[in-house]
Amino acid sequence: MPLRIGIDVGGTHTDAVILDKANRLISAVKTATTPDVTQGILNALQEILKTSGVNPDDVNAVMLGTTHCTNAIVERKRLAVVGTLRIGKPSTLAIKPLTAFPQDLRRSLGNVWEIVSGGHEYDGREIGPLNENEVREAARKFRNARVEAVSVSSVFSPICPDHEKKAAEILLSEIGSVPLTLSHELGSIGLLERENAAVLNASLVKVAELAINAFNEAMERACLDRAKLFLTQNDGTLMSIEYARKYPIRTVASGSTNSLRGAAFLTEINDGVVVDIGGTTTLVGVLTKGFPRESAIAVEIGGVRTNFRMPDLLAVGCGGGTVVSSVDGKVQIGPESVGYELETKGKAWGGDVLTTTDIALAAGYAKIDDPKCRPNQIGADPSFVLEAVERIIGTVEESIDKMKTSANPVPVVLVGGGGILIPRSRYDQLRGTSKVIRPEHFQYANAIGAAIAQVSGEIDRVYSLENMTRSDALSRATALAKSEATKAGAKPESVRVVEVDEVPLAYLPGNATRVRVKAVGELSL
Amino acid sequence: MRKLGIQSIEDIALGAAVLGTGGGGDPYIGKLMAVDAVSECGPVTLVDPSEVPDDALIVPTALMGAPTVAVEKIPRGDEAIGTLRAVEKRLGTKAFATMSVEAGGLNSTIPLSVAARLGIPVVDADGMGRAFPEIQMFTFHLHGITATPMAMADEKGNAILLETISDQWTERIARSITVAMGGTAIVSLYSILGRQLKEAAVPNTITMAEKLGRLLREAKLSKKDPVRELLTLVHGHRLFKGKVLDVNRRTVAGFARGEAILEGIEECAGSKFTIQFQNENLVAIKDGRILVSVPDLITTLEIETGLPITTETLRYGYRVVVVGIPCDRRWRTDEGLKLVGPRYFGYDIDYVPVEHMMGHGG
Repeated sequence: MPLRIGIDVGGTHTDAVILDKANRLISAVKTATTPDVTQGILNALQEILKTSGVNPDDVNAVMLGTTHCTNAIVERKRLAVVGTLRIGKPSTLAIKPLTAFPQDLRRSLGNVWEIVSGGHEYDGREIGPLNENEVREAARKFRNARVEAVSVSSVFSPICPDHEKKAAEILLSEIGSVPLTLSHELGSIGLLERENAAVLNASLVKVAELAINAFNEAMERACLDRAKLFLTQNDGTLMSIEYARKYPIRTVASGSTNSLRGAAFLTEINDGVVVDIGGTTTLVGVLTKGFPRESAIAVEIGGVRTNFRMPDLLAVGCGGGTVVSSVDGKVQIGPESVGYELETKGKAWGGDVLTTTDIALAAGYAKIDDPKCRPNQIGADPSFVLEAVERIIGTVEESIDKMKTSANPVPVVLVGGGGILIPRSRYDQLRGTSKVIRPEHFQYANAIGAAIAQVSGEIDRVYSLENMTRSDALSRATALAKSEATKAGAKPESVRVVEVDEVPLAYLPGNATRVRVKAVGELSL
Repeated sequence: MRKLGIQSIEDIALGAAVLGTGGGGDPYIGKLMAVDAVSECGPVTLVDPSEVPDDALIVPTALMGAPTVAVEKIPRGDEAIGTLRAVEKRLGTKAFATMSVEAGGLNSTIPLSVAARLGIPVVDADGMGRAFPEIQMFTFHLHGITATPMAMADEKGNAILLETISDQWTERIARSITVAMGGTAIVSLYSILGRQLKEAAVPNTITMAEKLGRLLREAKLSKKDPVRELLTLVHGHRLFKGKVLDVNRRTVAGFARGEAILEGIEECAGSKFTIQFQNENLVAIKDGRILVSVPDLITTLEIETGLPITTETLRYGYRVVVVGIPCDRRWRTDEGLKLVGPRYFGYDIDYVPVEHMMGHGG
């Protein structure tokens, strides 16, 4: 029987789940994340195979959500020396590549770049031909600087990628085999943001290679010889290992996405709000057709502005370990938190800090199965406790309201360990909600989200509506997105469009419009 | 006279988005160009209009066309030097300084990089006091100063000098050339003498943008209510507090038209609010009644941070304060209203200044 394993590597826990072909949950385990993440993954794999009694040969896919790449960028560790090639001269010279990068990051990447002639206009005309001699010279410069990866970005490459592709051929023939990132495959309109995303991606190839080899090793040692490994990306879809080696940046923020997707799966709510209450923060995200709504604004990764797509999340400083204090006789929630030290510092555990969890325990609606947790030692004034409960509920209600997209009540899914902060007796009355569900297995939402991930295809193009109707442009874009999804490994008959976004270009006659379409389908195994 | 360093440029770019009144383009590109130029050539000198000699020539510089193109096909960086030189040559006079044509949006920062690279000052003034979409919509136009001789250049090296019979013709012809050049062009237009400048320009708008930007930056650190402080600074009015329910957009003759529908929250609960825009915000309607109209400024600010939100990024779920800011007094004259009043944009209503509508008339 074909089975899938989903794994989520979090800051404290590495979780694993096994799902069968019909997406039934067979088994779930929680293990500690180890400093050597690979060992943690191996532990989780061995643990779940042992508890479930599943034969490793029955597992044909392992889906993994990892933070390796995010950490490498944030910590500036093991990043590759990147040669950055921009095609667009004489345009774009006013702002050089890497201009807005933090100094230390630019140093880690080697600060090697070149701008060559070429690129396109918004309507697909060439600004000028690609200057192949300049590309060859840049290649030699990169080789001498011993670059370990190369990023290529060309003006309006999302509309016409020809120059990026041609330059890639030349670079490969001059430098030999070097990992290449072409910007049109990663980002959308906005040269600097797309180029930045391409540079960051190129910088991650070494980290990705090491991590993937380690994951493969863990799978071998767990005897999962028949299973194919996939990594999850931050739009809730899967990458093959070959693809992940090329586009490691797509793993950034995949954990939160998996949590939203898992919540949708556990409740069958595909349009609604997910509230993930953790130790220090509450993350609120929105599900649209089962996928996280994406952020519409430029996002920063490691201090670099990119137009790489990320889930739109609201982070609020109210989690299970958030400190509750009294300011001028009024309840104040946060901003401090005791985080993972709740079980030593919280009042119910004999500590001296009053936390939101203590409030929930003192009010009597939360129960924690831990002999060391004794609510009778909290000793807070009952009226203060009542006020604090209302404030916690109010904070969650307000964040739901901020994220929802209309005045209509929406279904809300509560996941995360801090979910105990909201009393079940209040689920029906939570403002702005149609229903509130805290599903069974909510603590495995992330790993489940990884295990059910699908395959996607995406396009972002500007169409000129001079010789084309709007609906022609939309249907062309839709067909392209669907074929991208199929190319990425989706079963063609399962591919459906999940997102269409159209923005007319301002201050420009000729009715040009920018269309973004995303399609997803089931993984064909 | 004072120097503008990198922090000032950052602040001006942020504040310019408030004066962009929903449009004008994201100042980010212009900011990076200016930062690049200042890092290379040193700080820019900002001069007050009163410090400009009466017979000195000022040649403004700007980016014309689609901001969406500008964020992809970034300028070469020295196009404006070419256009400024072309106008100088045509007039037979050296430029004393350059300046911003519009204080709102992307064009607030474009002249800063030109000034840094040429080593000439920037005048603390502009020709709109906000952002507008068309070439004839300048206070200069009201004072009989023409847009031409206007020089246009693209990054490829193409350059054109326009002579026209009216600013409306300039708009029409220059817009077509912009499209042919690839969607954006760098332009020098509305050259003006010091003595004309003192009458025709909207003064101290660069300083105003800088103050607004600094206020928003500092409010983030001090956790003060940024909206309240901002309103004091610009003599603005709080029109509405609400949540965006829907945004409809469509393109009409090259302009992004549309409307945003808001639902009231807190003290505005129960009320509906609509903002109609054509690149910039045009009218603000509360419960069916027009509260503010162009040429007064209508800007949406994010409730907590006070950060301005453009019509391109406005979407479902945003919680905003809508503010109305009085425009420059020249736009309120009959000639001004003919050029940029509600009727020009297709609204059959009389313009009423925002402070009268909000009951603080005087």
